Amino acid sequence: MSAGIALLARDVRLAWREGGAIGVALGFYLIVVVITPLGLGPDLNLLARIAPGILWVGLLLAALLSAGCIFANDYEDGTLDVLATGPLPLTLVAGLKCLAHWLTTGIPLVLLAPFLGLLLNLPMGTFPSLVLAMLAGTPAVSFIAGIGASLTLGLRRSGLLLALLVVPLYVPILIFGVSAVTPYVSGPNSVWPPFFILCALSLASVVLAPIAAAAALRTALR
Amino acid sequence: MLDLGPHASFIIAAYGVTFVAVAALVLATLDDDRKQRRKLAELERLGITRRSARPTVKTSHTVKTAAKPKAARTPAKRKPATPRKTRS
Amino acid sequence: MISLANPTRFLSLVDRVVPWLSAVVVIVLGIGLYLSLFVAPPDYQQGETVKIMFVHVPAAWLGMLGYTLIAIAALGTLIWRHPLADVAAKAAAPIGATFTFIALVTGSLWGKPMWGTYWVWDARLTSMLILFLLYLGLIALWQAIDEPGRAGRAAAILGLVGAINIPIIKFSVDWWNTLHQPESVFRMGGPTIDPSLLTPLFVMAAGFTALFVLLHLIAMRAEILRRRVHALQQTQVERAALAEA
Repeated sequence: MSAGIALLARDVRLAWREGGAIGVALGFYLIVVVITPLGLGPDLNLLARIAPGILWVGLLLAALLSAGCIFANDYEDGTLDVLATGPLPLTLVAGLKCLAHWLTTGIPLVLLAPFLGLLLNLPMGTFPSLVLAMLAGTPAVSFIAGIGASLTLGLRRSGLLLALLVVPLYVPILIFGVSAVTPYVSGPNSVWPPFFILCALSLASVVLAPIAAAAALRTALR
Repeated sequence: MLDLGPHASFIIAAYGVTFVAVAALVLATLDDDRKQRRKLAELERLGITRRSARPTVKTSHTVKTAAKPKAARTPAKRKPATPRKTRS
Repeated sequence: MISLANPTRFLSLVDRVVPWLSAVVVIVLGIGLYLSLFVAPPDYQQGETVKIMFVHVPAAWLGMLGYTLIAIAALGTLIWRHPLADVAAKAAAPIGATFTFIALVTGSLWGKPMWGTYWVWDARLTSMLILFLLYLGLIALWQAIDEPGRAGRAAAILGLVGAINIPIIKFSVDWWNTLHQPESVFRMGGPTIDPSLLTPLFVMAAGFTALFVLLHLIAMRAEILRRRVHALQQTQVERAALAEA
């Protein structure tokens, strides 16, 4: 137990110290949300209607950018080999690293989203549902990104390949994530079904993704 | 001839795309197959054959162990049931 | 399955099957095309454009069949370590991708005269597009990893993850209204399509399936030979190095 927590703490601390990685992800999110209205025109009504979509797509892209380094840094300096042969099962190691990614990248992106929503004229009444939906969906984002990261470990152009592999898997999160933000649905009650499905997707990913990621890590380490 | 109705161009386009895509797939598959067989024949001509086709000579042992890393990945390849000559 | 695990025996099987299967494909597709283009009557609603169904639907079925094959082969690689499982998966990916592509394009060409639009983001179309992207991902992963053992296992993992995702996508996209025709062939209570249209459809489907099997076998043969070539080239290099030493 304590070994697991130590690993998690180490990863979180490394991510914070490296600082740049989180800053880059946040900066990228900002850039995406800034250039979209520049491309679409300043019509505030239009922007308000598509804001949830833009915010979700931007979040996914920013998460993808930082997904490559979930395992890469440890793979390169040999720490991953040590972890693989250590006391913790590789599945747990993979899961903890994905969790670290969520804590250090996912949550900051979610916290930034409402402020970016202001840029897109998203009504402030929808901010709680936006943040809730993203908090429910981003664990799935991080854990599925972990699958992609483990499959593309050490490969050329792994960043692009990771995006290609992971985006089809993100589609359900995107669809339900956007539905769970109030402007998109007809009544106040209808936010909850997509929200719960997002929770289900996240819970399923948290359980299943580390299994797949560990299998992929084992093939990469052999 | 064949009356395909007012939307004939769509029907023709659909069948055309199907034909082109299938043809490309067939040609690519056959070409790849032919290329591999040609390469294999070329190697055979140079005298480099699989262990199963070679007569059992002591000297082949060193080459066997050297080729082990590749063989370890696909062990089934090294256990043929029939000598190679019977393959067409 | 076990007896086919031996690549050499598998190759001799392929060599025996290919000639007559090719003949079967040509004959069945020939009959199918004749039935589709000259015999099938126009639909009372869609007119002659229903003829697009005879290429669109079989292509869609085969696109999905291809991915199912890959998912089963993935189990073969990861659980039973069947030696030819990853060869089967790798060979099936481009074929399945091509049929999915055909389904998407012919569907789009069917949609324009019938629905007024080349594309719509409904359940079926989106799921098929995602399926196409999953195929592309698999092919890209195969290309990216040099060592076939690791590539086979990685692609198997990705194949299984994608297989889980396909029903999720279908389910998630059902929240939107669907413009695409609901199930009309494989449903409880039998097909809703008239037999005069059903027969050409099934003949074309049979012909395309035979084509799929034929191309798959040839592609598997090519892949097995490619690995042998690679191994022999390795031997060639090692012999040259030994000779120099």
